[in-house]
Amino acid sequence: MIKKVRRHIVQEEPLLFEISSPGKKAYQLPDLDVPAVDAASVLGSEQVRSEIEGFPEISEVENIRHYTRLSTWNYAIDLGLYPLGSCTMKYNPRINEVVARTEGLAWAHPYQPEELSQGAMQILAILEQYLCECTGMDAITLQPAAGAHGEMTGILLIRKYLESKGNPRKKVLVPDSAHGTNPATAAMVGYDVVSVKSNDHGMIDLAALEAATDKDVAALMVTNPNTIGVFERDIVKAAAILHAKGAQMYMDGANMNALVGISRPGDFGIDVMHMNLHKTFSTPHGGGGPGAGPVAIKKHLEPFLPVPRLKRVRNSWKWDHNKPKSIGKVRAFYGNFGVLVRALAYIMAHGGPGLRNATVDALLNAQFIRKGLEPYFELPVTEPTMHEVVFSHDRQEKFGVKTGDMAKRLIDYGFHAYTTSFPMIVHGAMMMEPTETESKRELELFVDAMISIAKEVEEDPQLVIKAPHLTRTPRVDETAAARKPIVRWKPAS
Amino acid sequence: MRYLPKSESERQEMLASCGLTSLSELYNYLPAEVLLQRPLEIPAGKSEYDIVDYFKQQASQMANGYASFLGAGVYNHFRPVLCDVVVSRGEFLTSYTPYQAEISQGTLTTIFEFQTMVCQLTGMEVANASMYDGSTAVPEAAMMAIRITGRDSVLVAKTVHPEYRQVLQTYTLHQGIPVTEFGYDGETGQLDLVALEAAINEKTAAVIVQSPNFFGCLENVKQVAELVHSNGALLVVVFTEAAALGLIQPPTDADIVVGELQSFAISPSYGGPFAGIIATKEKFIRQIPGRLVGETLDANGNRAYCLTLATREQHIRREKATSNICTNQALVALMATVFMSVYGKQGLRELAEQNLAKAHYLAADLPARFKAPFFNEFVVRTGDPEALNKKLLKKKIIGGLPLGQFYPELADCMLLCATEMTKRKPMDELRKAVQA
Ligand SMILES: Cc1ncc(COP(=O)(O)O)c(C=O)c1O
Repeated sequence: MIKKVRRHIVQEEPLLFEISSPGKKAYQLPDLDVPAVDAASVLGSEQVRSEIEGFPEISEVENIRHYTRLSTWNYAIDLGLYPLGSCTMKYNPRINEVVARTEGLAWAHPYQPEELSQGAMQILAILEQYLCECTGMDAITLQPAAGAHGEMTGILLIRKYLESKGNPRKKVLVPDSAHGTNPATAAMVGYDVVSVKSNDHGMIDLAALEAATDKDVAALMVTNPNTIGVFERDIVKAAAILHAKGAQMYMDGANMNALVGISRPGDFGIDVMHMNLHKTFSTPHGGGGPGAGPVAIKKHLEPFLPVPRLKRVRNSWKWDHNKPKSIGKVRAFYGNFGVLVRALAYIMAHGGPGLRNATVDALLNAQFIRKGLEPYFELPVTEPTMHEVVFSHDRQEKFGVKTGDMAKRLIDYGFHAYTTSFPMIVHGAMMMEPTETESKRELELFVDAMISIAKEVEEDPQLVIKAPHLTRTPRVDETAAARKPIVRWKPAS
Repeated sequence: MRYLPKSESERQEMLASCGLTSLSELYNYLPAEVLLQRPLEIPAGKSEYDIVDYFKQQASQMANGYASFLGAGVYNHFRPVLCDVVVSRGEFLTSYTPYQAEISQGTLTTIFEFQTMVCQLTGMEVANASMYDGSTAVPEAAMMAIRITGRDSVLVAKTVHPEYRQVLQTYTLHQGIPVTEFGYDGETGQLDLVALEAAINEKTAAVIVQSPNFFGCLENVKQVAELVHSNGALLVVVFTEAAALGLIQPPTDADIVVGELQSFAISPSYGGPFAGIIATKEKFIRQIPGRLVGETLDANGNRAYCLTLATREQHIRREKATSNICTNQALVALMATVFMSVYGKQGLRELAEQNLAKAHYLAADLPARFKAPFFNEFVVRTGDPEALNKKLLKKKIIGGLPLGQFYPELADCMLLCATEMTKRKPMDELRKAVQA
């Protein structure tokens, strides 16, 4: 039974280019208080373009309706549970949006004098301190723009450090359960990627790790809790294996939402880690970004951090560019400052004890889903669940139904799909992460929906295979899109 | 706590239904050595009022009420109100990457419009859904050129934004990609074509130039393109000031265009979040990094959009992907999209013309360092720029960027910028101060 949604009217809307008409305007420029100049005479006529062909011309009213109508074609956290595993789709507090737009912060130029930037620098300094406290690490850079960018920064740090010891080494170990950005990152930093098999419990296989770790290994990129949502019980031993061979422990902190206030990577042998502030610390995903991927490190890696570094000099903040061992800059300026402001606002709202309570609720919600669905779906790894739970479609496959089909059917029930087909070590993975910001009622509706789908699979598999049925847009032909890519609008000829 | 939607009794009911008796059972099975035995040392949770107040306090220690002549990659342009109205809609703000096309057509459609407008602006045929920013798009373009040409080295003009060049060095250093910088003509402020000709060879995969360049000077892109292409390399053209594209010739001779859209309704925000773009010719589509939205049909035969050519990306190709980028700058790109549709064809040109007028008014009788035509930024010789800036601060004016930190030979110069937001009065004051 579908309880959460019913159908309603949806507005149709053409593309901007199709509602454009010459002379329509949504703007008016201020009066020009200086003489106009003739572009061709100051730039040379060869440097001046003719009109921007195809560019839209639309009124203000049509503009706002355009985007509002399009917005109603999206699902969003504001509409309900968004159970994408590994993505930590939690509520995005609106106060964060408000404070990020505070005038003196939003209009701060990165090159304005340091004496007129103390507020922004103080915000960065406090956030650095709080994130170090959450992770148990010694220092942090806020420069990376997202998780993958943080990974690159972290592996560069390891490379520079090992170089300083005489040999950058050749290989990075990546568990077969890892996210795709991990191997892609290691390759971008010039390392060969060696995949390490997980054991039957979805965890690091210490024997396999020991065998793979030699003097050519620079680092292990581990995710903890791992992508099955299970805490790596042997993490300390794994760290010892790597450290004994002079290699480093990199942690993908995408799953920090399971740990904040409960356990700290700095206390279990991690040398470098990134966090995704757009997951754990609630900054909005915005349909794909922006994010922020701060990288926290242990003391021995500090000399290599990206420049500039914050430095306290006689009661004020300075940017210190003079770090001869630094890996350099990973992006212009100081990072996604506006995202960092939002993350700090979030941390302040919870406070230390509150962050821990949030983590515990995230664990409770995942546990509730596991308990509710375990009778109906195959649970390939039965180790204790932390913040997310991964089922397999094994029982449903007999009826010809796959994880992706059930995820699409879930949409008809008024939810976003869960993560499908990741991690790759689980056959037909169904990965669910509720986060702490879901109510008991929303979770019950979700569990009911999944149970109902499990029944549909047995009674009417075609119903599930052809889903979704109730959305404005039924399944789209992704194969056709890739076969002959159309990636921009062109006027009908 | 206001972000946790459970009452204590609901929590207890849920625990019970999980067969647990206390919340600590959810984690106390972790090895004792990894459990944190104390509360985090972060002050207790604060009210909305206190949080707003805190950030207002911090903001009060910033440059409030100052006129500014800073540009250098980050520009003060007016932000049409509609931009924030649209990006504040929860359906855009709080949605994930649009992998589930059936419930993401809003985001997918706006990205398709974004890709189209970026192509129209730059004269390219394919644009992706955004990069982190302009600076990180540069090394991505270099790596792309290396994949396309099978060559291994890169030349970059010293007139490309210094921080962009630093980022390029960081990315390329460990991939065995030699990056060589070539200089500029001390008279015109444009890149030195002779130096480029001397440096380019059969190993050069890409030549990276910027126009308007870091000094604000327009480069002669056509001429550079001829030289680059006759040597079998690809031309990458960078822009930091997107507003210029309303007026100046798009770099159609480039093979790859990368740039920064901060000028399009993205607040300076102390350096980010911004939105980078990468655009190219259709024939290189399979080598472009990041997400792409493509047009297709849904099961009812209606036009629909979806993410496409994912086999380029990390979640499918892992270590063989074109890039490791995953999360991008989607919401910021949406802001830029709204900006573009608000100004439109005519408005973008008028906006650019105002910038041109303001900058040329400001530059009028100041001692120009370079001769090449400029858009809204230019270099002036001021003697000691730091001393001048100190004087200006007393008048509540933030002067230009002193160039000595990036170009020791220009230690007596600053880079000035004027936009449609720059008022005549501070311009007059600045002119007086420089001439004094
Ligand atoms: C486990 C894991 N690692 C890394 C990433 C990459 O992070 P980002 O998308 O911020 O680059 C993600 C998120 O998608 C992830 O889930």
